[in-house]
Amino acid sequence: MEKFTIDGTPKTPTINFDLNGGVLEIKGRSIPENSIEFYKPLVDNLDKYSASPKPTTTVNVQLEYFNTSSSKCILDVFKKLEAIHKGGSSVTINWHYEEDDEDMLEAGEDYQAIISVPFKMVQVAE
Amino acid sequence: MMLDLFDFYDKMERNNILLSFKGDITSDLLTSILQIMESKMDNFQEEPKTKKKVYNVLVECLQNLYHHMDEAPIDGGEHARSAIFMIGKLDGAYNVITGNYILNENVSGLKGRLDEVNSLTKEELKEYYKQILNNGEMSLKGGGGLGMVDIARKTGQKLHYSFQPIDERVSFFSLNIKVTLNQ
Repeated sequence: MEKFTIDGTPKTPTINFDLNGGVLEIKGRSIPENSIEFYKPLVDNLDKYSASPKPTTTVNVQLEYFNTSSSKCILDVFKKLEAIHKGGSSVTINWHYEEDDEDMLEAGEDYQAIISVPFKMVQVAE
Repeated sequence: MMLDLFDFYDKMERNNILLSFKGDITSDLLTSILQIMESKMDNFQEEPKTKKKVYNVLVECLQNLYHHMDEAPIDGGEHARSAIFMIGKLDGAYNVITGNYILNENVSGLKGRLDEVNSLTKEELKEYYKQILNNGEMSLKGGGGLGMVDIARKTGQKLHYSFQPIDERVSFFSLNIKVTLNQ
């Protein structure tokens, strides 16, 4: 197995997926016009990972902004993680939000309500 | 054709327009506009909370234009992609105003969706958002109606809009979004 990495841009996040370590990190801004295209390689790698996942999978999401087009793709990523969680790997999603960013906290709670994976809301200083 | 440039300038000045654009909306244009607006808000020393809210609403409004603007009628029967937007700051609120052509056949569908969003309370908007997110159809053109719900949720304001009939093919759709500071 290997690492899957995408460098961040002003409109797309940095993605680091260590398939050997079972750690996925999504960080930055996610506001591309075409989110499906951007997220497809990550979804493909999650499919690959789900064939033989690590006993624990840690997901760190730290987004500054995301658009509604990304919100569906992020849900698709979380649904893959939900399947991996049900398949025996213990998945935790750490949803980071800046301390005054109620919208980002609420967005995390929306996902938490939809996805059956343990979420941790992590407040970060600005 | 003579334009009264001062008249344009004066109207924009009085409405405190920070930035305006008319023409084709491209991905590169949006990247530049967002960067300009970020640095303007930095210069105004807006609170991070305000900056985030305005930025989010801008992204949704401008990407709506990018995905959904229909071609404008031009004399001679040709058509071209074109839209207009303005961003202003007046009386303690940011205003994002967009205008674009829409095919007449799509007017009633869009009007229905906007009226539905405007009829919902804060809690209902949250539930509606989750419902579309989880069940709605995702298209290459965006989030299947999530944008307007998201704008209404984040601003806590009604969506002000109008449709102006142009000809037998198109109407002009205007949307005015207000982001109130320190809410």
